[in-house]
Amino acid sequence: MSIAYQIVVCGSIVPDPLQTLTPVTGPTGPGLKNEMMLPAWLDPWAGHALYEAAHLAKNQPGSKVWLVSLGPKAKLQQVMMTVAQKVPFELIALDGAAGGFTDAAETAAALAEAIAALPGLDRSKLLVFGGWESASRGAGATLQILAEHLGITDVFMGVDELKVEADGTLEILERIEGGRHQVSRCSGAPAVLGWATGNLPEPKNNPQIGMTNMRGVMPALQKARSVTVGATGVTFAEVVLPQQQRQTRIVKDAAPDDIAREIVDWIKQ
Amino acid sequence: METILFLAHTEADGTLAPAALEALGTATSLNTSLANARFIVGLLGENVTPAAQQIASCGAAKFLGVSGADFAPARYASDATAAAALCQAAEATLVVAPATSRFNRCLPGVAQRVGGRADTHVTQVRATADQVSVSRWYYRQRMEGTHTRTQRPWFILVDPGTHPAWTGAAATVAVEPVAVTLEDAAKRTTVTGFRTPAADAQTIRPDASLLLVAGAGWTKKQADGQTHVPEAEQLILDFLRLTRASLGSTKSLVDLGGEGQAVLSFLSHLNQIGQTGATPRHPKGLSTCCHGEEPHTVGWRFINERRAISLDPNCSWARGKADVLYVADAFAVMRKVNELLAA
Ligand SMILES: Cc1cc2nc3c(=O)[nH]c(=O)nc-3n(C[C@H](O)[C@H](O)[C@H](O)COP(=O)(O)OP(=O)(O)OC[C@H]3O[C@@H](n4cnc5c(N)ncnc54)[C@H](O)[C@@H]3O)c2cc1C
Repeated sequence: MSIAYQIVVCGSIVPDPLQTLTPVTGPTGPGLKNEMMLPAWLDPWAGHALYEAAHLAKNQPGSKVWLVSLGPKAKLQQVMMTVAQKVPFELIALDGAAGGFTDAAETAAALAEAIAALPGLDRSKLLVFGGWESASRGAGATLQILAEHLGITDVFMGVDELKVEADGTLEILERIEGGRHQVSRCSGAPAVLGWATGNLPEPKNNPQIGMTNMRGVMPALQKARSVTVGATGVTFAEVVLPQQQRQTRIVKDAAPDDIAREIVDWIKQ
Repeated sequence: METILFLAHTEADGTLAPAALEALGTATSLNTSLANARFIVGLLGENVTPAAQQIASCGAAKFLGVSGADFAPARYASDATAAAALCQAAEATLVVAPATSRFNRCLPGVAQRVGGRADTHVTQVRATADQVSVSRWYYRQRMEGTHTRTQRPWFILVDPGTHPAWTGAAATVAVEPVAVTLEDAAKRTTVTGFRTPAADAQTIRPDASLLLVAGAGWTKKQADGQTHVPEAEQLILDFLRLTRASLGSTKSLVDLGGEGQAVLSFLSHLNQIGQTGATPRHPKGLSTCCHGEEPHTVGWRFINERRAISLDPNCSWARGKADVLYVADAFAVMRKVNELLAA
């Protein structure tokens, strides 16, 4: 039995990890210095969710992938230029704050509203994907709150594998403690899956997919609804950048035997 | 006045794991600091009696429990129902719980269900007589923020390894059962088992005192123009066997597998440390054949003493990321290290 899934991937943008990030406090709370100038990427675990979604859609004929993305419109547009070349999807853009100091509950409420409003949404075919944690807030909370809004009670986090069995049952592997996976069987959609790395490499850029996607991406960005996402009720006392700089002792031209002895002594200390 | 609920799930044997005892330590110190607080314990699992006995002397006014076979597996629907019921029965305003995979999965949703808010991956909890604040990290361990919240119930999920564990005497204690009926809709998912790597691939050891990181250099062409992957595997496995260290990896090394290149057979994405990997806690870390780039070293935030072996004297470890950088061939050094350890 092949099910045509409606796969909604929630994913936003984060600053390029190679950039230096400095916290600053503004009138509405903390943020990043020059936040709007920092080059951005698709949030990595959300990216894995998107590639897994496209892979599943390919194997389940008739399936469709939406990417619901909440972020500052101008930044979303930049990031979509590359993301759109990866896999086919329809973008639903929401124009609002995507920084790490916003509250997952507010992000989730905005995403849930956008998902519930998707035309032709059929909950019996709905799979909501996302990254299990963002590289900004890193809370791993948005998808569960979103699930509660949508009334979905089959939720999986740290997912590395999803298999659709012949009878439509979903077999799911989630990361748990100690480098192990928990294996679950869920009778089918609707379900919410927060992806970890999964098993797929990042797809190569495909200009053809890019052209097709961009026809929908630009209008989606133009009509992006503006949403207010903050952290109501939260007061930050401080955000600090701890000093990570160490005084590195560089040992050059030492014999491997001497280095080995020093390392063994250190391990045994 | 705050009502503190310490919320925990039991392990398969009915007791509490160290992560839960650490969260209990946090809850009891909140109870001491806050004026006029009430303190209640809420337990969920197949059989919660052993856990209640284990922590009987923690000073809680009441022990509540949701138990039964339906609550043995870590499953969102049943865990969320049980946790919400415990929270409501306790009329909790502060819920302190361990940030285990089981609770990370369900408690943010439970907070939403009971009209509250959750903070996850909390690394520090402070309280004065009338105010609680929590600290957690943002942007993958790049910066640390401290905040307070007005919403209640406020769920605080305490990261394992960040707080001292509660210790105290076991005793007999009565657990007040909180009745929960699970609808069929909550049983659409069945946990069927666990996948554990084969014995010699069981390389992730969260409790180890040492982290060994393997970088992509282990698979690169060496001075003789050849790769030496089988020897690299052996050196790393021998070291792990001799030290019981936990094995971490860089993204480049684990990604090689996806690209069809020769890789170390026992590595998976679960070993990856960094921006899109793990941030483990170990007292010491030894990096080998790794460049120490920022997206990797953000995962070293909670590794106290750091040493690195790299051929490149200008690698990032040299620039303040390690305490000691040995500019040397890791094959030669680790061969000797293993020899000394085995002696
Ligand atoms: C969005 C994003 C997310 C990322 N997330 C992560 C992440 O989570 N984790 C992560 O690790 N990386 C991550 N990266 C990648 C990161 O930027 C680096 O590319 C990666 O960490 C490099 O891995 P490496 O040091 O093993 O490999 P290389 O950069 O190839 O370095 C290999 C090193 O091995 C040394 N070497 C070779 N042979 C020997 C020998 N015989 N003895 C001693 N030394 C030797 C070389 O001198 C070199 O320094 C991310 C990048 C991006 C863009």
